[in-house]
Amino acid sequence: MKDLFAVVMLLGIYSLLSASFFVAMDAVDVAFTEAAVGAGISTLLMLVVITITGRSEKTTRHKPLLALLVVVFTGSMLIYGTFDMPYFGIADAPIHSHVAPRYIQESMKEVGIPNIVTSVLASYRAFDTFGEVVVIFTAGIGVMALLSVGRRPEENEKTTAIDDSMHEQYLVIRIVTKMLIPFILLYALYVQFHGDFGPGGGFQAGVIFAAAIILYTMLFGLTTARKVINQSFIQFIAAAGVLLYGCVGIVSMLNGANFFDYNALASDPVAGQHLGILLIEWGVGCTVASVMIMIFFNFAERREMQQNNEKINNIEGDSL
Amino acid sequence: MIIGLYNDWVVVVLMMIGLYIVIAHGNLIKKIVGLAIFQTSVFILYISMAKVEGGSAPILAEGIKQFSNPLPHVLILTAIVVGVATTALGLALVIRINEAYGSIEEEDIQHLDNQTQDETELQATEGEQS
Repeated sequence: MKDLFAVVMLLGIYSLLSASFFVAMDAVDVAFTEAAVGAGISTLLMLVVITITGRSEKTTRHKPLLALLVVVFTGSMLIYGTFDMPYFGIADAPIHSHVAPRYIQESMKEVGIPNIVTSVLASYRAFDTFGEVVVIFTAGIGVMALLSVGRRPEENEKTTAIDDSMHEQYLVIRIVTKMLIPFILLYALYVQFHGDFGPGGGFQAGVIFAAAIILYTMLFGLTTARKVINQSFIQFIAAAGVLLYGCVGIVSMLNGANFFDYNALASDPVAGQHLGILLIEWGVGCTVASVMIMIFFNFAERREMQQNNEKINNIEGDSL
Repeated sequence: MIIGLYNDWVVVVLMMIGLYIVIAHGNLIKKIVGLAIFQTSVFILYISMAKVEGGSAPILAEGIKQFSNPLPHVLILTAIVVGVATTALGLALVIRINEAYGSIEEEDIQHLDNQTQDETELQATEGEQS
């Protein structure tokens, strides 16, 4: 398939399909995340990139016989390796006999929230999750370092005018989106706060929140979106989320417990756990949402800059 | 029954499709798509390991005794979001490569690199001669 647009769209469909796999295998939280991230954000980012780099692949002449050979060999070795694996769905597989029973039986007593995934994510393995949040933050910084245009050139009146007239063509989409965005934002907040009781939490909420803002940016243009959300404010929030998360750990340390041991946050251990989980989910949500928005803004800015450069070149070419 | 391993075989097939795309295609966007497919196959491997026959989603409720294993769910949940962040980083690199070389095909980039290398070598030898 030489058309990259079709490739990217198929990847989005594949992500949605794998999200339904996850629902079938009881991983509702994971399915939620995959549907929001794989089918939403990553498809969008790839689409932005192919508008910059061109949407068709060049035909290559070399034969991929060697690659096929390597892949078939590795695949058959892996299949040979699976013969020692436990069968699908067996309840006494080794994976279910170490820490999982404790999470399932004790988490209600120790953490006091029904969604085991959230209590493992935010309490038992809080240190791990902290690492993940830092990775996301670092990736956001990396994208910024690679793509940030730095000082913005003065707005070219002509090009913004062209953009505005282009946006007015899609009147129906604009009005429907305008009506939907508040509900998407509200839903993101619901997911954020309901993560203790059902599928959801900071990661999903952050991605959904970012998706609403990105939708707005796509339809109303980057300049309008920048007026709504200041980019330096977004960068500040991304750092503040990580800081909030880390501070919860340090406060519990100052109260005489281990790093991320929320029992010490309040006089009652379970209340302390609730408080700790609420705070760090906020930290995660803020960081994820603002890093996603930041990444998209940087991509869109780059794209706008290139288009402006092309237009200026064209105008100069015409005048010559 | 050996057919009980079918979940692992699905994962291996998906993983090899991803690997093949990464090796055989020169287009950098397609390479990233291949990596995404590879990544999802690893997610499916973890989640399928966590599944318990007759189990329910790991949210405590009245009258449910058997739950699927929550630990792989946690690991994969965070891995998905980290995955999109790193994919974005890769795409950012693709944009920069496109700006520097004017192409995202591996062959073109290699060709341009060789050209510049030859030119610098030529200049170096000319400098020595003069």
